[in-house]
This record gives sequence, C-alpha cells and structure tokens, in this order.
Amino acid sequence: MRLIIRSDYDEVSEYIATYVKNRILEYNPTRERPFVLGLPTGSSPVGLYKCLVKFYRNNELSFKHVVTFNMDEYVGLPRDHPESYHSFMWHHLFKHIDIAPDNVNILDGNAENLSEECVRFERKIKSVGGIELFIGGIGPDGHIAFNEPGSSLTSRTRVKTLAYDTILANSRFFDNDINKVPRMALTVGVGTVMEAREVAIIITGAHKAIALSKCIEEGVNHMWTVSAIQHHPKALIVCDEDATLELHVKTVKYFKSIEHVINNLIGAENVGLQGNVKKYPTPEATPEVTPEVTPEVTPICEAFYNLPFKR
Amino acid sequence: MPSQYSEKTLQSRTSRLVKIINGRIVRDHKIINDDVLYIYEGKIIDPQNHFFTYGNSPDTVINAKGLLIAPGYIDIQINGAFGVDFSVWKDDKQMKEGLDKVAKGLLKNGCTSFVPTIVSSPKEIYHKVLPLLKPRKGNKENGAEVLGAHVEGPFITHSKQGAHKESYLRTAPNGFKDFIDIYGLYDHAVKLITVAPDVEGALDSLEGLINFGITVSIGHSSATVAQAELAVEKGAKCITHLFNAMQQFHHRDPGIVGLLGTTRLARPFYGIICDGTHVHPNSIKIAYDSHPRGAILVTDAMAAMGLPPGEYSLGGIPVRKSGNEKVEVIDNGKLAGSVITIDACVKNFKKFTGCNVIEAIEAATLHPAELLNIQNVKGTLDVGADADIIFLDDDLNLVKCFIAGEEVSIS
Repeated sequence: MRLIIRSDYDEVSEYIATYVKNRILEYNPTRERPFVLGLPTGSSPVGLYKCLVKFYRNNELSFKHVVTFNMDEYVGLPRDHPESYHSFMWHHLFKHIDIAPDNVNILDGNAENLSEECVRFERKIKSVGGIELFIGGIGPDGHIAFNEPGSSLTSRTRVKTLAYDTILANSRFFDNDINKVPRMALTVGVGTVMEAREVAIIITGAHKAIALSKCIEEGVNHMWTVSAIQHHPKALIVCDEDATLELHVKTVKYFKSIEHVINNLIGAENVGLQGNVKKYPTPEATPEVTPEVTPEVTPICEAFYNLPFKR
Repeated sequence: MPSQYSEKTLQSRTSRLVKIINGRIVRDHKIINDDVLYIYEGKIIDPQNHFFTYGNSPDTVINAKGLLIAPGYIDIQINGAFGVDFSVWKDDKQMKEGLDKVAKGLLKNGCTSFVPTIVSSPKEIYHKVLPLLKPRKGNKENGAEVLGAHVEGPFITHSKQGAHKESYLRTAPNGFKDFIDIYGLYDHAVKLITVAPDVEGALDSLEGLINFGITVSIGHSSATVAQAELAVEKGAKCITHLFNAMQQFHHRDPGIVGLLGTTRLARPFYGIICDGTHVHPNSIKIAYDSHPRGAILVTDAMAAMGLPPGEYSLGGIPVRKSGNEKVEVIDNGKLAGSVITIDACVKNFKKFTGCNVIEAIEAATLHPAELLNIQNVKGTLDVGADADIIFLDDDLNLVKCFIAGEEVSIS
C-alpha cells in the first residue's frame, strides 16, 4: 500500500487528479479498450473533479474513451433531485467534460427490481473488462461507499439500509427534515471495489483521522470496511496532514521517507506511475531533485537514509 | 471484452443537439456561472435529464467565452422599421414583405419576438392588416417571432392622441361590440390593446377584451387616477409608454402615473421608452425605483428606425427624423414615435436607473413575457423555453443571436 501525505485538501486533490490523468494517458484508451474508472461522491472528490475539469479545459486530458462506474445511489430519490448522486456527478463532473453519456454508469435507485439492478450493474462491470482504477472516499466510521460497519468484506453490489448516523448527517441536504432523507441506497460491495485492478482512497480532514488509523494500522475488520485494502495488491491512499493525526509517528515518517527516497535517491523519472522502479541510477549519476512537493523529513530520518539534506 | 450495446436509447439523429458552455447564464434573477445549455429542435432542454436518458453526445459545442447569455429581447410596441409602416396597407404582398423585412432586421438588434403595432386607423385598415399580423413562429427563415398585433387606439382620448390622426379616434357607445366591429377580432391576431379608460364604453368593454385573450394596456388618455385604478380592477395589466400621452403627474391628481403608487391593487406593468428623448432619464429612474418589477422596455419605433435621417410617414402623417434620436410631426413638432433599437433601450435603461445587468435584461425579456403570459416559452432560459438566445458582453453589446436554436448573423 502506498500512503501519500500532502499538506491540505487542495494539494491532495491536485495529487490524485494528476495521478488519474497520468494513469489514463499512460493507458492510452481506445474505443475497444476504454479506461474503466470507478468514482465516488461526497465532499472528498469535489476537489478531484475540479482539477479533472481543469485538465480537460486545458486540453491536457480527454474523457472520450473513459467508462465510469459510480459507487452508489439513493433508493427512491428522483433522478433529477438536487441531492441524487446523478445530480452530483452531473454538476461536478459530467457536464463539464467530453465523456460519452453511453459510457457513464450509475446505479438506478428507481429501478423496478432493485436486486436485478444490482446484478445488472455487476454484469456491466464485467462486460467492459473490469475496473482499472476505483477511487473512493471514507466515512468517519471507516466505511467505503455505503458499506457501513458490519458489511461483509466480500460483499457485492446490493441494497443497503442506511445507518441512523448517516441519515442524521444527510438531513442537512434535505431541508433538515429527517423524514425527507432516503433510508436505503444501492451500493457496490467491498468485494466489488477490491476486484478493481487498483484502488485509490482520498482521506482528508481531522474527523477521518481515527478511521485512517483503524484501517491501516490495525487488523482487517468489517467494522472498518476500508481496512479490506490491506489485502489489495495495488492500493493507494492520498491524505492530508490532518488525517494523519491519529497515526503513529513512525507510520507517518516511514511513508514520507519513501517519497523522499524516490525523489532524491532513485529519481522520480526512474519510477513508474504505480511505484515500480524502472531504473536504479548508478552511484555517479546524481538524480535531479524534482521540484514537486516533497514532505518534510527530519535530520535523524535523513541520516538514517544517508542522504544529503535536500528539501 | 467491452460491450458495444447501449442501455440508453439513442435519440433520432436528424436533429442536432447543441451544447453551450462557458457562458454566464441570466436565469432565476441571477447570473449563473458554470452551467451549460442544451438546445434540441429549437427548444432549451434539460441537459442532465438528456445526458442520463440518451446515449447521444452533443453534435455541436458552442463556447460562449465568458459572455452573458440572455433570452432574446421582446418588443411589445413597434410601429414599423426599415421603411416599413404596419399601419399602412397597399396590398397583402407588400404587407407580408414588410413584415418579413422587419422580422429579419430586428434579429440584428437582439430582438427575437415582437408585437407589430398599429396606430389609430380606419376600420378598413384593421380588417386588411390584422389578418396578416397573426402570430407566426420565429426561426431563421421567418426572422423574429410575431406574437400577434398591438392595436394602439382608436379608442383613445382626444388631446392625448400624440401623433395619431384625430379623425380616426372613436368612442364605444355600444361597448365591446364596437371593438369587434372596428378590429374584426374574429381572427385572434390581436394580442395587446391600448385603450383609454376615460373613453365612453371603454371600461365596460375590458371584460370582453380579456375574455377574448387580449391583454389590456391603458394609455393615450386623460384618465384620473381613480379611472385608471378602475381599469386595473377590471383587468388592465399594463400602462402604454408611461408619461407619454397622459396627464402629467400632479401631486394631488397623479393620473395614470399615480398607478405606480397604488397600495390597494397589484400594480400593473408599464411600458417605457428609453431613448432619453420621450422621457427624461430622471423620470425613468423615479418610475423604476417606485416599481422595478413593472418596467417593460419598448421601442415604440416607427418606420424610420434603421434608416438615415430624412422625411418619412407614420400612419399617413408626415414626420421628420433628425439625427438618430428624434422623430417629430412636421406640422406641430410633437414626438412621433422613436427610432431607437431595443438593445439600445436596455443599455440606456441600465445607465439611467443604475440597475444591475440582470434587471436591465429582465425589463426587455421576462417582464414583457409575463405581461403576455408567455413566460414559460419566451423571455426565459428555463427548460422548455424556445431557444431564442442572445450573447452579450458586459456593456450589454450584442455579440451573437440565436432564434429557435439557430445562429443568425447580426452584422
């Protein structure tokens, strides 16, 4: 698992957006071989989507051959309701970019047969070759999508009843009237997300700190469903400093030093997008220190890695 | 293996789906950044609903490059333009050609809908002309939409007829029957009427007019404020060119202008000519401050609009256009209609009143649409409206004009 720590929400958004852009560009999708992206809603990806729109407007990225699958949608909420996840995705991302409407997949919370809808969704994912990169957020209780504590870690797309806490939290979007908040949602399962070839989780804010610590420093546990990524061969977490507040100092220093090594010893240009080292430079060749943001490393740490002190 | 099947239906490919991006949309009394418009088959459609229902991507994407996007302007009082006079009938062909000329020319001013206006005329003229001014859809071939006709007179007051011929003025001793007789209302071409409440039989006829689907505006009148309020009670919804052709405002006898100060009735709309000549800019501001939501910008333009200075005719009366500002009756020097364009009215209105861009635009779009009760399809950029759209810069200069979703040249 890679843990990338940045100073604030904006830097996190910029990082993950750049990562998505580079992954798509490197993949070079075509009509027959599209890039299949899993997408979340909520406050975590708002900055990510802003950056992606920016990349599109600057002609740095096209979504022409990108296929998307969203994680979830409320049951019984009209599709054009301002709080539906269809509306969220339209306003934050789809209306601004060149994605083909045909390539967009969001669960239909008004389907006649909800179970069939879930099966259809899973089948559609398989039919396009599975998800290449699934992006998600995390709840303060460590849930991913609507897989609330107690969800099976091998679950698939299904109907879930929302926890009372979630309903309370959501009432602020429904005129503070708890009766207007949907009680059920369709959601991808933990198993569905884990089946993606790569998973990236955005975790920002002090209120997510405990969840982050439970998910990466403790055991895999269905009470903190994001912890399932410990079993994923290609997992990435991008978080801000506030979200690391409950982590052990050693954990934070370790992950920061990895980035430091990559930039100062190996050279960022010698490392592939997904962390694979393409070329280990000879002792004579001094790699260029990339101007990109490198987290601060203390003198003790740096001495341990035997590097000249470079920021 | 990626699936080639689509669960979404594909819309028919014969019509183009147009997407407009990067504009600042004037809607819901606000300027909305960061939203898009979808146009399909001449209508503004719901982009989100279309996106999630159909598999089609937009065929054309128009970049508004940060310009203001507003509904096309609506002119409810225009007597003619480009040498055409709606009150003069030579033959049907000439009338049709004249209408086409005006409809096409108005698009260059950002006016996408208009109500051709006929001044006080003899019965024969009405019976010949009105059938030719029936509502007609606006599009690239036709030009601006004809909403129907505005009959300004002849049931108006002597001494307040302005540039109208005095001999054509009438009273209505038989009430509503006289109206039917004069206009030949069986054609339903008349959508708006200017009538003086102090003319005999006028007040009693309002109900008949309204039941016929005609919007009533009061003007060219010496009515007292009490008579004017009575007219509003009986259903009059507008004042024709406020301040002009009516009693001056007097603090103890405010006349029709006094309608702006009534508290016991819903205040009507008021047409107002913003060429700086018909009404002093300060008077416009006073009217606006007292009743901002009632302002409707009208040109009251006559045949010389769009033509160089010289001598022309308005409803048979010789007039002189001097410069680009004024038109006067040659005999008595009275103002005889204007030569201003509606987009210039909007600019002047904003300058004279200090209102913001949204309010200035609404006075020439939303308000006239509300008066004629067509605000679901005209004067708005809401879903379901006709795609009559203009692009404006921050100084309210016209940059682009679309009618029924198609762009037309404005040069």
